[in-house]
Amino acid sequence: MSAVSSPASAALHAQRLSKHRARKRTNAIALVLSLAAMSFGLFWLIWILIETVRLGVGGLALSLFTEMTPPPQAETGGLANAIFGSLLMVSLATAIGTPIGIMAGVYLAEYGQKGWLGSATRFINDILLSAPSIVIGLFIYSVVVAQFRSFSGWAGVLALSLIVIPVVIRTTENMLTLIPSALREAAYALGTPKWKVIMTVTLKAARAGVITGVLLALARIAGETAPLLFTALSNQFWTTNLATPMASLPVTIFKFALSPYENWQKLAWAGVFLITIGVLALNIMARVLFRNKH
Amino acid sequence: MDAKVELPVTEKPKLSVRNLNFYYGHFLALKNINLDIPDRKVTAFIGPSGCGKSTLLRTFNRMFELYPEQRAEGQILLDGQNILKSKEDVSLIRAKIGMVFQKPTPFPMSIYDNIAFGVKLFETLPRVEMDERVEWALKKAALWNEVKDKLNQSGAGLSGGQQQRLCIARGIAIKPEVLLLDEPCSALDPISTGKIEELIHELKVDYTVVIVTHNMQQAARCSDYTAYMYLGDLIEFGPTSELFMKPKKKDTEDYITGRFG
Repeated sequence: MSAVSSPASAALHAQRLSKHRARKRTNAIALVLSLAAMSFGLFWLIWILIETVRLGVGGLALSLFTEMTPPPQAETGGLANAIFGSLLMVSLATAIGTPIGIMAGVYLAEYGQKGWLGSATRFINDILLSAPSIVIGLFIYSVVVAQFRSFSGWAGVLALSLIVIPVVIRTTENMLTLIPSALREAAYALGTPKWKVIMTVTLKAARAGVITGVLLALARIAGETAPLLFTALSNQFWTTNLATPMASLPVTIFKFALSPYENWQKLAWAGVFLITIGVLALNIMARVLFRNKH
Repeated sequence: MDAKVELPVTEKPKLSVRNLNFYYGHFLALKNINLDIPDRKVTAFIGPSGCGKSTLLRTFNRMFELYPEQRAEGQILLDGQNILKSKEDVSLIRAKIGMVFQKPTPFPMSIYDNIAFGVKLFETLPRVEMDERVEWALKKAALWNEVKDKLNQSGAGLSGGQQQRLCIARGIAIKPEVLLLDEPCSALDPISTGKIEELIHELKVDYTVVIVTHNMQQAARCSDYTAYMYLGDLIEFGPTSELFMKPKKKDTEDYITGRFG
């Protein structure tokens, strides 16, 4: 007791100082390393954005939204059919994938927490979540396109919704598990049946997180090329018929950017710019929404 | 503990616990509890953390059934009917036995809808009557004056003490017979605590109130009967004044005089 409680000696003071200096040194090293990592990441991101703006802004014109994709070396032309095809297929895929994903997420979080079916579903969903999108494209190609002997917008929608579903399942489950069990118990304590607890209390409390998940899924499929290459293919002309091949921004960019024609390349950059802005807007929206609720 | 704990309460019991054992998996958390909770009185459960007082409270509305690894053996009689082996749907039992939790749990909806939510589960009321019911419950919970001008605002915007009174109002709006309070003041400041203790005093005119508390002064202030529990056993149960002034068991005396726990 006496040895510990004696006043700080000079030796103890020196030891404290040296420990303190060592801590400061470690802190400085950690700070430098994390700053370096951050700037490495930001460097490429900002470069991508600058290049996109530099090469994309030049192609921006009203004709982009009013004219169809042109033949090579034409004077005029836009991306109207590709923009429309992308909007149509992405929104349909989201409309199909969201309810399925939310319901499956609710199952995992509220019903299948412990059972084998829950763990199996969760495992398979994780695989699907990380499956390369080209695999999904080929799958839809073999079960839909090859069967009907025709590329179609519907096949594209199907492939995209297969990408949406696992993302939405994951976020819905995560967001629901974040809801404190006290809130659930409080609802049950009033005599609320389970389905009603989920619909009116837990899902509502997790709303912002679930919507964020949907927006992120939307942002992901907006830029997907591979699953559309094998399914919706592309189309030179305006079409609203989902039973025929349909143009989309990513596939058009892919085709035009690889071409030797200058007008196509210019349109490809304009398309890249449009997608980047759209995805950026979706991401910002998701963040703002999530921040407001938490 | 010997199996025959005497049941000192001579008043008409609202809830009777008989030979109750409770398990978390294989762990025996409540050991052969026998207890009569009198009608329209406030009964407090006290004891150190982990003694089983909240566990006991959560058997009264079968809240433990949400967790598959928890189970209860024995009987809990509500007006003579065993609610553990009841054919009645658990929702209907919970409509008779309301509960308020440690942390305030306003639902993600307006103040009005928070109250109306539970009522709508069991009754179809015309708008005017629903308005009256909401006002009645909020007045009963001493919250009406503070929220009457913002019934359409979110319940999450209220202060902690107001949220807890909102939860009490939500509980009494469906007109239960018993109200279970699980450490209702532990997350609140002294002023809000005072308001809720006053409220408990008024509620016992109409309801049987059971309160779990960490705070012995609170038990002494607002309860008529007190049960002292330790490590899953009911050590002593009796009128609050007797238990605090002249406890029969040495353990109880040690705990309430602060010698341990």
